[in-house]
Amino acid sequence: MYRITKKERLADNIYLMDVMAKRVAKSCYPGQFVIVRIDEKGERIPLTICDYNREEGRVTIAFQTVGASTKMMAEYKEGDSFLDFAGPLGRPSELIAMSEEELKRKKILFVAGGVGTAPVYPQIKWLKERGIETDCIIGARSSNLIILEEKMRKVAANVYITTDDGSKGFKGNVNDKIKDLIDREHKTYDLVVAIGPLVMMKFVTILTKAYGIKTIVSMNPIMVDGTGMCGACRLSVGGTIKFACVDGPEFDGHLVDFDQAMKRQQMYKTAEGRAKIRTIEGPDHKGCCGSDNG
Amino acid sequence: MDMLKKVPVKEQDAKERATNFKEVCLGYGEEEAVLEASRCLKCKNPRCQTGCPVSIDIPAFVKEVERRDFKEAYKVISKYSALPAVCGRVCPQETQCEAKCIRGIKGDPVSIGKLERFVADWAMEHGIHPEPPKYKNGKRVAIIGSGPSGLTCAGDLARDGFDVTIFEALHEPGGVLVYGIPEFRLPKERVVHHEIENVKALGVKIETNVVVGKSVTVDELLTEEGFDAVFIGSGAGLPKFMGIPGENANGVFSANEYLTRSNLMKAFDDSYDTPMIAGKNVAVVGGGNVAMDAARTALRLGANVHIVYRRSEKELPARAEEVHHAKEEGIVFDLLTNPVQIVTDEDGWVKGLECVRMELGEPDASGRRRPTVILGSNFTIEADTVIMALGTSPNPLIASTTEGLEVNSHGCIIAKEADGATTKKGVYAGGDAVTGAATVILAMGAGKAAARGIKEYLGETHI
Repeated sequence: MYRITKKERLADNIYLMDVMAKRVAKSCYPGQFVIVRIDEKGERIPLTICDYNREEGRVTIAFQTVGASTKMMAEYKEGDSFLDFAGPLGRPSELIAMSEEELKRKKILFVAGGVGTAPVYPQIKWLKERGIETDCIIGARSSNLIILEEKMRKVAANVYITTDDGSKGFKGNVNDKIKDLIDREHKTYDLVVAIGPLVMMKFVTILTKAYGIKTIVSMNPIMVDGTGMCGACRLSVGGTIKFACVDGPEFDGHLVDFDQAMKRQQMYKTAEGRAKIRTIEGPDHKGCCGSDNG
Repeated sequence: MDMLKKVPVKEQDAKERATNFKEVCLGYGEEEAVLEASRCLKCKNPRCQTGCPVSIDIPAFVKEVERRDFKEAYKVISKYSALPAVCGRVCPQETQCEAKCIRGIKGDPVSIGKLERFVADWAMEHGIHPEPPKYKNGKRVAIIGSGPSGLTCAGDLARDGFDVTIFEALHEPGGVLVYGIPEFRLPKERVVHHEIENVKALGVKIETNVVVGKSVTVDELLTEEGFDAVFIGSGAGLPKFMGIPGENANGVFSANEYLTRSNLMKAFDDSYDTPMIAGKNVAVVGGGNVAMDAARTALRLGANVHIVYRRSEKELPARAEEVHHAKEEGIVFDLLTNPVQIVTDEDGWVKGLECVRMELGEPDASGRRRPTVILGSNFTIEADTVIMALGTSPNPLIASTTEGLEVNSHGCIIAKEADGATTKKGVYAGGDAVTGAATVILAMGAGKAAARGIKEYLGETHI
């Protein structure tokens, strides 16, 4: 059992939890994820690691309630325990493997969207601990969905808030802000790390391709085991099949087939996908489509 | 009775079983088992035993069955196998022990597999467990993976007094026995769970949710965690795809995904949270046991199922019994048929499977006749779900994170057949991680060989 030592509501439907998981805390790096199973009948839910404390054996996760399973997860309180907590899974961010000299030469812009801000945080923190300054855009539809701003301000050199409705910070989407930084403020970047909804990552990569800036994205597709066994998380990267769980979750954003990834995400995640399953299988459909994978 | 014929075994009616997940084969009762055991010729030089990858003393246990001392029969088998209830169900006896049975020269061989199953089930029903070791030798062994090879290696070592811990990546122990082989062939709670409890009764500890190579490395197990030796039985978990257009469409699954959702995550049961697209018209590509398992699972979930295989019936790699059962249940076999693309609708969902007809040419390297395409024979099978059951390969995770552990060009860990020794000192391996996808019993045989190798390495061969 893996005990929850802290629970915090970051926004309307976004929660942060500290979970005691010694082995994961000891061996994880920014960019990796865990698989959580709430109870005996639960799904295996993949969640990116948001922070960790090796000495205390603690791992921080953040999640958005989008389906039955994550809603159930949000019901858990401090002191409760999850049945399973496996990881770390996936490969660490490629920044981790770079030398400090190499990193110091790089000007890195992080683009965080919604709950995707959570996995961006440990990367910026890791870089800060090595004396590397970075910029970070945090974008959301509205101010009440902006998360982790205070924590981020402690580790990033510059934090730019953008909201679609202008309720906080810059009015516009993250792409508008990227353009603003590069075109108006004449900032230069040689690496962008974008983590957020698929549609955000897709449009960021289109823009950065035009600017000629290498862009890393983090994919969080449907998966079951998270160890390379099921292939549910496969995606096309540069025309070849990759498994997000073992080859990723981070990939070169300019090579990812986002349109296909978005279609695949429909499979269980959205109302449209579930409706489609019903038309295929009829009313006696035996799968339980009331839930989703994350 | 006709001594040339084996005592028939009861099975669930094909029509009925096609709609449930209960076990197909119902097994022998006491009288049937005793009668079948009486067919054994008690050969002076028993060839059956040489056909068994774990060398069970078959004549000895069969004799005990005939004498109605089922407890003693269980004791005999337990000396050699930690998983008799599993082996009695999923071993391909027809190509192993039973293929060597002298009775089989003229008539049916003795039903050794069904007798083994009977003995194991009898012990289960009568609460008989293997006996724990009388003393401990203090040596610690880490086993990676709780599938057939890992459980066997762990059981053998624990029986000889080793302190054994199994590390399992998933949330439940059993490996392919729980995620791969379906309930109707191998009941999870009654059989697999019970056999694992028996291994634990020998003193084996199991830690789940540990992904070796990620959570901890083999080197760390040996240095920081104080294990004296490591056995890698991590299986062959990576699914293969064909590389044809449309393979990433919605409704295309690896057999691993389809079976894992159903077997491990119990998606077929509405009270479990994991969703599953079972399909209405399902095409399963492949002809092995996994293809049969996926097809028969889809059938039980209410689908019309086609198996698409590029060679002819004779070349089907699945066990004859599985093919026979699949046909009885109403699965359609499209033989000499090979997919060329998956047809999708505008939203990216599967609409059909376009195939070509094949014909058999000259034998290829595998000795089987090579299938070649009949040009212009393209046709489309109506399908909303396609399951790829094309085999699996070992996960590179452990080899890539273990200093000095070498793999071959297929990604299989290089290990000696006789004792499982790898290229790294103190590290042993066996099962699908070494051979690529094979059978439960071959993995068990390798687990056994490695247990011998580890005993020798740690200087405990006198026991």
